Amino acid sequence: MNEINPSGWRPAMRESGVPASAIETFTGNRALQLEEALIFEIGNLEHCGVDFDEDDFDETLLGGLPSRRSAPVDLPGLTEPEAVRHYTRLSRQNYAIDLGLFPLGSCTMKHNPRLDEKVARMPGFADVHPLQPQSTVQGALKVMNELAQWLITLTGMHGVAMTPKAGAHGELCGLLCIRAALEARGDAREVILVPESAHGTNPATAAFAGYRVENIPATADGRVDVAALTARLGPDVAGVMITNPNTCGLFERDLKTISDAVHAAGGFVYCDGANFNAIVGRVRPGDLGVDAMHINLHKTFSTPHGGGGPGSGPVVLSEALAPYGPLPFTARQADGTVHLVEEETAAEEGHGQAFGRMCAFHGQMGMYTRALAYILSHGADGLRQVSGDAVLNANYVLRSLDDVLDAPFGAAGPCMHEALFSDDGFAEGFSTLDLAKGLIDEGFHPMTVYFPLVVHGAMLVEPTETESKRSLDQFIGAMRSLAERARAGDEALKSAPHLAPRRRLDETLAARKPKLVWKT
Amino acid sequence: MRYLPLNDADRAAMLESVGAGSIEDLFVDVPAEARLAGPVPGLPMHASEMAVERHMARLSGESLTAGEAPFFLGAGAYRHHVPASVDHLIQRGEFLTAYTPYQPEIAQGTLQVLFEFQTQVARLFGTDVANASLYDGSTACWEAITMAGRVTKRKKAVLSGGVHPHYVETARTMAKFTGDTLVTRQPELVAASDDDAVIADIDGETACVVVQYPDVLGRIPDVARIAQAAQAKGALLIVVVTEPVALGLLESPGALGADIVVGEGQSLGVGLQFGGPYLGLFGCREKYVRQMPGRLCGETLDADGKRGFVLTLSTREQHIRREKATSNICTNSGLCALAFSIHMTLLGGKGLEKMAKLSRIRAAQTAQALAKVPGVKIVNDSYFNEFAVVLPKDARTVVRALADKGVLGGVSLGRLYPGAEALSGGLLVTATECTTADDIAALVSALEEVLA
Repeated sequence: MNEINPSGWRPAMRESGVPASAIETFTGNRALQLEEALIFEIGNLEHCGVDFDEDDFDETLLGGLPSRRSAPVDLPGLTEPEAVRHYTRLSRQNYAIDLGLFPLGSCTMKHNPRLDEKVARMPGFADVHPLQPQSTVQGALKVMNELAQWLITLTGMHGVAMTPKAGAHGELCGLLCIRAALEARGDAREVILVPESAHGTNPATAAFAGYRVENIPATADGRVDVAALTARLGPDVAGVMITNPNTCGLFERDLKTISDAVHAAGGFVYCDGANFNAIVGRVRPGDLGVDAMHINLHKTFSTPHGGGGPGSGPVVLSEALAPYGPLPFTARQADGTVHLVEEETAAEEGHGQAFGRMCAFHGQMGMYTRALAYILSHGADGLRQVSGDAVLNANYVLRSLDDVLDAPFGAAGPCMHEALFSDDGFAEGFSTLDLAKGLIDEGFHPMTVYFPLVVHGAMLVEPTETESKRSLDQFIGAMRSLAERARAGDEALKSAPHLAPRRRLDETLAARKPKLVWKT
Repeated sequence: MRYLPLNDADRAAMLESVGAGSIEDLFVDVPAEARLAGPVPGLPMHASEMAVERHMARLSGESLTAGEAPFFLGAGAYRHHVPASVDHLIQRGEFLTAYTPYQPEIAQGTLQVLFEFQTQVARLFGTDVANASLYDGSTACWEAITMAGRVTKRKKAVLSGGVHPHYVETARTMAKFTGDTLVTRQPELVAASDDDAVIADIDGETACVVVQYPDVLGRIPDVARIAQAAQAKGALLIVVVTEPVALGLLESPGALGADIVVGEGQSLGVGLQFGGPYLGLFGCREKYVRQMPGRLCGETLDADGKRGFVLTLSTREQHIRREKATSNICTNSGLCALAFSIHMTLLGGKGLEKMAKLSRIRAAQTAQALAKVPGVKIVNDSYFNEFAVVLPKDARTVVRALADKGVLGGVSLGRLYPGAEALSGGLLVTATECTTADDIAALVSALEEVLA
């Protein structure tokens, strides 16, 4: 299984007989692996990489400024060649989807099409101000509206709030809609139910929105305990937050039953749509009784993660919640133009129930353009194939590894778009972290580790649909090798990675004496 | 399909290996009635790259862009020149297609950038520390208010009328649900900012005072005086900066006594983008670091003793603390932080000062020219690159009429404060280093025609 190509050739790492680690260099660089100092160590206060038009540079016009600073901000500058080199060298210390498989479960690290980058930079979207007169930004508003229609139709919902800026912001939006709807009927409720397996953002969001969080246990087969959930429903429960497919990579079969019970008890169902990639184009959450669900455009619809954002988290809403969605939003007019409904006209246009504004301006335009280009490229047929291939790839990984790694829910049937393993069977003292760090030496990004919390030493692998069979086979080969080493107790694994730009970093030291800014 | 590497032979081989007859069989856990038999009805099928690009280009062409018109809008989003190298560098796949740096051994690029970014923001703001970014200025402002509540154990925030109304609205939305009390006011179209009124509202229950610097009308409040008044009552001073370029010329809020400084970083590196994605900046005093929201990057050592960087103090965060976290934020604005940081690195302190001076000079030239237009009155005594004028007509109508003449003339206060009759004649006008003498002449001439 370790072969890299059909001929069986593999790069020999030690052909010279000299261990690579034994060679010292003057610079600390190792050929293409280049060390890079901080800008504060290489720049200086006199350098600048930007030239300006200085016609009419009339310093007398700077008069009358109160609170004028006495010296420039104490920040070094770099000329353009220095800056390009600095960031290019730093970039090479990052792993990225462009370099290889990035199987972070729950994060949907799929290929980011470059067409999407190109269209996001079209001036009619990128070089317009959010407060221009609406007649001058029709191109941008039409993109928002077209994407909104796609999201509504793909999910079988009634409306969509486009403005939330990422998944957790979308969760907040959904809960605020629920709260607004309940308050509109004079029914203040205090509790949100959250399954144990939920993302940390779910309970954090519920608390941020002023709710008390109660956990719902999971069953032995990795799903929400329906009996426990329905038993807890009552007049104090505003709603439940359910991830579907859930964080164990399983579809919550009973979601419709749960929704019906929650609705009967006067509550609402929030679905965390982080894992929508597994079902997009095949299953509409609206058909399962969901009232609100955020869609991470930076997961399912492939806007780049950018090393930690920006994301975008539009929230699709049921008929019951749609009137309470935040401002602003788009509405297509009879004449074909698109109108942005803001505070100015919301009440007179019949949207007086909107709960307000979640952020300045209109949301993540730069993500809307990318997501729309991605969606249009795939179309309804392509998106169906996306979820099909994503699920097939995950099952292929699951079945190719379940003889060497414990798959806690593997016996029950197929998984959705991610395969879940545990550290059961590793030699004494060997952990999930060791296997994950070993993957780094093998040239892969590790999977999500120690999440979901309901599985001991969890390893959550989400290959996504943009991996070829060849790429999966190579990953599977690496994983089998690492699993065997962890089971056999190979000590070298405990200090992995050995070949990355850095060895394991001391996180305790970082937290005990935080150094968050550079100081001389 | 160009983004899907599996072909039918692969799929058949893989299905056989997993013991399934078809892809459909893998969806057995989805109740049959919820499974669609074919593509979602009512939507188009796949399209070529050419077709998608054509469609998007046609839509793009329906906007009047900032670059093709005399342009004077601001109010929390500013058009500055972004060097070409910034956009090139953020499109390096190793930055663009990386995830949040959870595996630091193979994410030192992103982490070192965040460490540099945090240092740049802290020095710009004059704070001890800064985080690795939040969504935008408005959400950062609310995060600061909740943080002040955690620090002071009080639940009342006093907001100046100079705070951007969208920021106030964002806070109002959240406060409805958290039970925090917000004392807010509308700005008045007068030369002085409302420092006195804000100070009068501070009492022993006040958790924080929120002041924008320069304020939404471009005026420059006396931050030091408000800081003293707030701190005398045990409240924190939060300063909001929507135009960070201003700090190239103005004293940093931290040096004036602010406890928390938040801002919108869009001016540097990010571009207008119709309002997002933008970049929330957040800095504060070191003693509050464990109450901060958002990701923090810190310096440490690796097993070989080499310097490296990691995400740290994550016990504040949702993935560890769940409902007890300091914020629910997860994904933030990493790539925008990178763009900001690269732009700031290209500028350095000197370049930022030059950019700030040019912006201010262009604004002063614009103000001088507008002051000569009959019926136009300049409101501000103090301003950086943005100021308010009073027009003899509803400024919303004027802005639309200017747009019809191909001039993007500013932001009407009627758009920002619907229903506020006293503000309806107000227009916010902004200039930056991008503003040319021709732009100013075009604005003056179009305005004269519209007001005639």
